[in-house]
Amino acid sequence: MSDTADRVKKIVVEHLGVEAEKVTEDASFIDDLGADSLDIVELVMAFEEEFGVEIPDDAAEKIATVSDAIKYIDENKG
Amino acid sequence: MRRVVVTGLGLVTPLGADVETVWANLLAGKSGAGPITRFDTTGQKCLIACEVKPADHEYGFDAGKRVDHKIQRQVDPFIVYGIDAAGQALEDAGLVDMDDDLKMRTGCSIGSGIGGLPGIESESIVLHEKGPGRVSPHFVHGRLINLISGQVSIKYGLMGPNHAVVTACSTGAHSIGDAARMIKDGDADVMLAGGAESTINPLGVAGFAQARALNCSFNDRPTEASRPYDKDRDGFVMGEGAGVVVLEEYEHAKARGAKIYAEVVGYGLSGDAYHVTAPHPEGKGAELAMRMALRKAGLNAGDIDYVNAHGTSTMADTIELAAVKRVLGDDLSGASMSSTKSAIGHLLGGAGAVETIFCILAIRDQIVPPTLNLHNPDEGTEGVDLVPLVAKKRTVRAALNNSFGFGGTNASVIVKAI
Repeated sequence: MSDTADRVKKIVVEHLGVEAEKVTEDASFIDDLGADSLDIVELVMAFEEEFGVEIPDDAAEKIATVSDAIKYIDENKG
Repeated sequence: MRRVVVTGLGLVTPLGADVETVWANLLAGKSGAGPITRFDTTGQKCLIACEVKPADHEYGFDAGKRVDHKIQRQVDPFIVYGIDAAGQALEDAGLVDMDDDLKMRTGCSIGSGIGGLPGIESESIVLHEKGPGRVSPHFVHGRLINLISGQVSIKYGLMGPNHAVVTACSTGAHSIGDAARMIKDGDADVMLAGGAESTINPLGVAGFAQARALNCSFNDRPTEASRPYDKDRDGFVMGEGAGVVVLEEYEHAKARGAKIYAEVVGYGLSGDAYHVTAPHPEGKGAELAMRMALRKAGLNAGDIDYVNAHGTSTMADTIELAAVKRVLGDDLSGASMSSTKSAIGHLLGGAGAVETIFCILAIRDQIVPPTLNLHNPDEGTEGVDLVPLVAKKRTVRAALNNSFGFGGTNASVIVKAI
């Protein structure tokens, strides 16, 4: 597992209060992890802080699963 | 006429996070005060408070017991306390599992005096240091006063009246009084009613200290700082926590065989129309509220056995006492009167609800809690039983709670054995 994946999963566990085993790469934030749209806004903010990336609103709207987040971060972090 | 009874109780206070622990500690004369641990008090005038204790303390509060991890992260502590106290009250009343009809007849009236000040303070710093794009999407609804009622209704599916009182330190008493009226009026059969507060943060402590309301002269002796009616009193000690009751229409409670603690028989409200922080020097507003509550209850002065005073440990204590004397008589017609703020501090918007619960428990157990630190009673207290230092066994048939708030808002609630 990549370093990005580890750090993303840690943030998801902390913010959503879910068990680590549930945070698989294909898990959907809304359907599988109980997040609502505001939780995703908060998660995106936490990813931006953690990785020093800018995730604009139109990109954030396309982040639906854990792997979407990891992929975006890996492709855009400096 | 529809009658309103109390069938469930919930408490989160500096002396414990469940009703029986709080009550036992209160009767044992314990104090919840200590040095402030929540933040660095460097530069503050007031260094002490009555904090709700952490989960690993002998009588600490475990937020995880009734509040989801995610919600704990999103909302201010006053909402967490309120959700927990409401859950306790519902469990105590045996109403956790309601059918859909009853859920539509069950409402919430749980308020707060100030609301999410700690979160407003910390998020303002985020805004200033990191910009608007870093402000939490949960900032607004995690700080709003009506979000205890909102969260509790969502958690338990309660679709009756959803309301929240904001009357400073009268909030808890107004919440119970107003909710009782909603039941009397037929808007609901069951209401969760009460108040919560948590403002032991740098801005809250500095603000009350600057208003010259907080005790700042007992920083080295925190447990002696809250001393209502004592000559050396010098301001209140800030507390935090929540108190919530289940109010229920009497026939409804009887039909389901509920345990009934007491009946809410009287409620009075008034305004001082005098000053934003100081009470009317003759206590006219307080007197009006008490007289209205007695009249509504159909009781005489001699029927009240216990008064849980507003008694904040400020100069206003003797103004309240003079008003109580005018209503109940110079010897209070034999009633005992104590201020439990001497033990748990001033819970602000939570105070009236927590203290009404103490009145209910005084009726249940026929014992009245003490006024701690009352070693040298001030002038004007002669001939009045202020229950100094130790709890007292006595007959308690009816009890009156007084709560007064900034802005000159007053509320009195009377509960009576059924």
